[in-house]
Amino acid sequence: MDGHGIGQPVPRVEDDRLMRGRGEFIADIRLAGMRDLAFVRSPLAHARIRAVRKPAGAEGGVFVAGDLAGVQPIVANSALPGFKTSVQPILAHDKVRYVGEPIAVCVADNRAAAEDLAAAVEVDFEELPPIVDMRAALTTPIRVHEHWPDNVFLETFVSIAAERLADPAPIVVRRRLRTARQCMSPMEGRGVVATWDRRMEQLLVYTSTQLPHIVRNGLAGCLGLDQARIRVVAPDVGGGFGYKGILLAEEVCAGYLARHLGHPVRWIEDRREQLVGNANCREHDYDVTVHAEADGTLIGIDAEAVVDAGAYSAYPFSACLEAAQVASILPGPYVMPAYRCRTFSAATNKPPILPYRGVARAGVCFALEVMLDAVARQGGLDPVEVRLRNLVPAEAMPFDNITGKHFDSGDYPACLRRAVAAIDVPAVRRRQVEATGVHRIGLGFSVFCEQAAHGTSVYAGWGIPMVPGFEQAVARMTPDGGLELRVGIQSHGQGLETTLAQVAHEILGVPLAAIRVVHGDTAMTPYSTGTWGSRCMVMAGGAVAAACTELAERIAAIGAHLLQAAVDQVQVGRGIVVGPHGEVPIADVARTWYLRPQDLPDGVAPGGLEVTAGYKPTRDSGTFSYAAHAVVVEVDTELGDVRILDYAICEDGGRLINPMIVDGQVVGGVAQGIGTALYEEMPYDAFGQPGAATLADYSLPGATEVPIVRIDHMETLSPLSFFGQKGIGEGGAIGPPAAIANAVNDALAPLGVELTELPITPRRILTALLARQS
Amino acid sequence: MKPAPFELVRPASVAEAIAAVIPAGARILAGGQSLGPMLNLRVVQPRLLVQVNHLPELAASTETIEAITLGACVTHATIAAGRLPDFVGGLLANIAGGIAYQAVRNRGTIGGSLSHADPAADWVTVLTALGAQAVLQSAGGTRRVPVSDFIAGAFVTTLAPSEILTAVCIPRPPAKAGWGYVKACRKPGEFAHAMAAALLDGPRRRLVIGAIGGKPLLLTDAQAGMDGARAALAATPGLDKVASHMLLVVVHRALEQAAACRA
Repeated sequence: MDGHGIGQPVPRVEDDRLMRGRGEFIADIRLAGMRDLAFVRSPLAHARIRAVRKPAGAEGGVFVAGDLAGVQPIVANSALPGFKTSVQPILAHDKVRYVGEPIAVCVADNRAAAEDLAAAVEVDFEELPPIVDMRAALTTPIRVHEHWPDNVFLETFVSIAAERLADPAPIVVRRRLRTARQCMSPMEGRGVVATWDRRMEQLLVYTSTQLPHIVRNGLAGCLGLDQARIRVVAPDVGGGFGYKGILLAEEVCAGYLARHLGHPVRWIEDRREQLVGNANCREHDYDVTVHAEADGTLIGIDAEAVVDAGAYSAYPFSACLEAAQVASILPGPYVMPAYRCRTFSAATNKPPILPYRGVARAGVCFALEVMLDAVARQGGLDPVEVRLRNLVPAEAMPFDNITGKHFDSGDYPACLRRAVAAIDVPAVRRRQVEATGVHRIGLGFSVFCEQAAHGTSVYAGWGIPMVPGFEQAVARMTPDGGLELRVGIQSHGQGLETTLAQVAHEILGVPLAAIRVVHGDTAMTPYSTGTWGSRCMVMAGGAVAAACTELAERIAAIGAHLLQAAVDQVQVGRGIVVGPHGEVPIADVARTWYLRPQDLPDGVAPGGLEVTAGYKPTRDSGTFSYAAHAVVVEVDTELGDVRILDYAICEDGGRLINPMIVDGQVVGGVAQGIGTALYEEMPYDAFGQPGAATLADYSLPGATEVPIVRIDHMETLSPLSFFGQKGIGEGGAIGPPAAIANAVNDALAPLGVELTELPITPRRILTALLARQS
Repeated sequence: MKPAPFELVRPASVAEAIAAVIPAGARILAGGQSLGPMLNLRVVQPRLLVQVNHLPELAASTETIEAITLGACVTHATIAAGRLPDFVGGLLANIAGGIAYQAVRNRGTIGGSLSHADPAADWVTVLTALGAQAVLQSAGGTRRVPVSDFIAGAFVTTLAPSEILTAVCIPRPPAKAGWGYVKACRKPGEFAHAMAAALLDGPRRRLVIGAIGGKPLLLTDAQAGMDGARAALAATPGLDKVASHMLLVVVHRALEQAAACRA
């Protein structure tokens, strides 16, 4: 090829507009007559609403639940046995269940005036005691949802050969581990612009989403509109990470108001709304016991995990996705004969928990890998040796693990060895021995695998409102020889406008500059569950490949006619159709079909040069990319600061479509993983009040906190996907909390201190050190 | 996050600014790096904002043998750039360059920072340690108040409603004095969790402990050492074990720095 096909580090085509500030994000959209929305949000975590009073003289600009005639609440059930239904009102009326929950929406000429109006709305509350801690939620008589017998969305239990856990083992290590409630913080917050198209009799909703088709499903249900009456468009989206994989109450409000007020409305989320009321994720609590032989060989894991799911089950991923996955993925990439895990999705008076890059995995990897280091310390073993002893060996691939996960391919031990080799371990160990003063050195590792693009059977098993089926793509030639690819996923930073074009280019050879990827619009793209679960390169990439392959057959038929050859004598590729005695550009084939149909043979296939094809991998249990992270840190034992001195990763994503974009995904994920490890935490007080309202309080890692990450790639093809590619979108964020925690614990081990709670802040380090000293 | 309605005036002189700020509900707006977010969060809802950072009188700086005087509206970035009078080793430029981010430094002012009196602000601690004076002007004239008296507590100053802060006057440290300044911050731009500044000139010592949630602690002469710091922190309410520990660490490091480094 010409260096633009798969495997090539092609510069991102979307960057030309994005890097020049010429993109169009939600807040860039201006419609005539558009007015702004501001929400009255609950200042209390748990309270009954006695009355809502609109400001005198401005009643027409304020809408409460009773004003939204016919609007249905958001319900996201799972079919897993025992799941309890939460009913999330679009605007709270009888009760509020978390700080930030919308109670009323105000409409005005601009946001400032809408906020003035919102400030003038009076709400009479009867305060109720809040449930703030997920463990307390399991025992308190207070209920988040009155009609429930407890505060548990779902309890799950897995037990495999658990009788072996009753036997005494040479090494038994038990720990409590905790991860903080975090706020996903894409650069662009959420936002909605809604307008009623009178000619189309259609609600047009621009929204900053990862899943336009799923948002349409949800909106149609809540608004009582036929799907054909709704078009959802995702414009340029400034980061998602899961935060935009959800149906919003704000979208429902904006849709209702646009239809009934006769003018467009918009809501642009501000940072306070994002932090206080909307962006919660990741809060886990583990009680884990690991049983191992004296040489570190795992006998089994016995665990109880609680996930703080917040007040409502978010649509479409539900309140149980996180905890239910914990049970199935806690064994990680390791072999063990016994396993027992009980999980609870606890309801609390906090915002609904949402999927965040590396759903459940960042916490699970942290819990498991910190435990393995604890096993190594207790047994006097090398942490790398403990891992190598237990990782699934290459010769066992494909491997069905203890919870039935089907690891499709790979060499996990080799991956760890390469990450270890990237760090000069003897030199680090020497420095560690020398550094016995204030500043201590530590070395930490983590290994994990990442299920991606898991499909129908997996999600049908969870029974949530959204189950992915065949992923479809449209490939169509334009009369000038261009190629349009229409896909139902949404690109919000992943570079899919480039990588999907690379896939099409690989098959047809149409120049990259002549390929357009159309996405993020229900009117222009085939149905799709959207962008989540690291699925796009496998699923949409596979669909584009399937559509282009079929298109190539159509091109071949016409090309053969133009070349006066039989169809089986011609080949399509490199932008041309090649026959036994000559060749014709694909562009000429397109020109003939569209502009000179008189040159087509009798009996030409009428389908022309537009193909919709569907794709699924050969089995839908998912691709498993995997990685080993190795990190060296320096800990200031007086001030509790952690400095990352070196960070190396070995990663296997199967066939890499664009290695440069993969590196970008990994580095971006690592930055977020460093946030999870060291900085990010939304604290709640005993009243359920969130402790951070601005980015001055909610600490995100910046450029100076993210080191140069050295990335080594292995390329073990997946036997399941079109090109052998594997989803790798989330892995960067999964490994760092575990590796960094292990490095800090390695540094502090001589001082008798071990940290098992994230983020590892100076305060947590110093609290542990001071407790040890006294 | 949009401010409640307010009026904005841009007076043509300091005298006009003083007149404008007298009525209740008026506030001075300099660089807006603290006031701006507070307005947006509606934590403050002034009726009137009196903008002052365009007034050339407030951007002037002068130097004498005894002291450097910086106009209240001199920005951190201007000080950091080293184009203004400074002490040995670029003491003021180093402080200014460590404040927040470049974007904040470009607009934030030394007088605004002092008037805002955030306990974790660099100038609050540093100017107290250097023995600086706040120059306050009202219709009745000008008075000078030591910064240690100007700062009355967390976000509280002794500025009268009829006054504005027009300059800070910073005495030149003695020729052989040592200087140390340490703050505990995990990343640039973050408010410090602990800070300490030390100016040591033989037996004449000034040690300031900041970011303690209120007015910084000023310890002088014999008190300005580890023992004095320990005693002072023990008597300070609201500090838990970790906070006290961190403060003592930065005190120790600032004293070490001052012992090794000339002001």
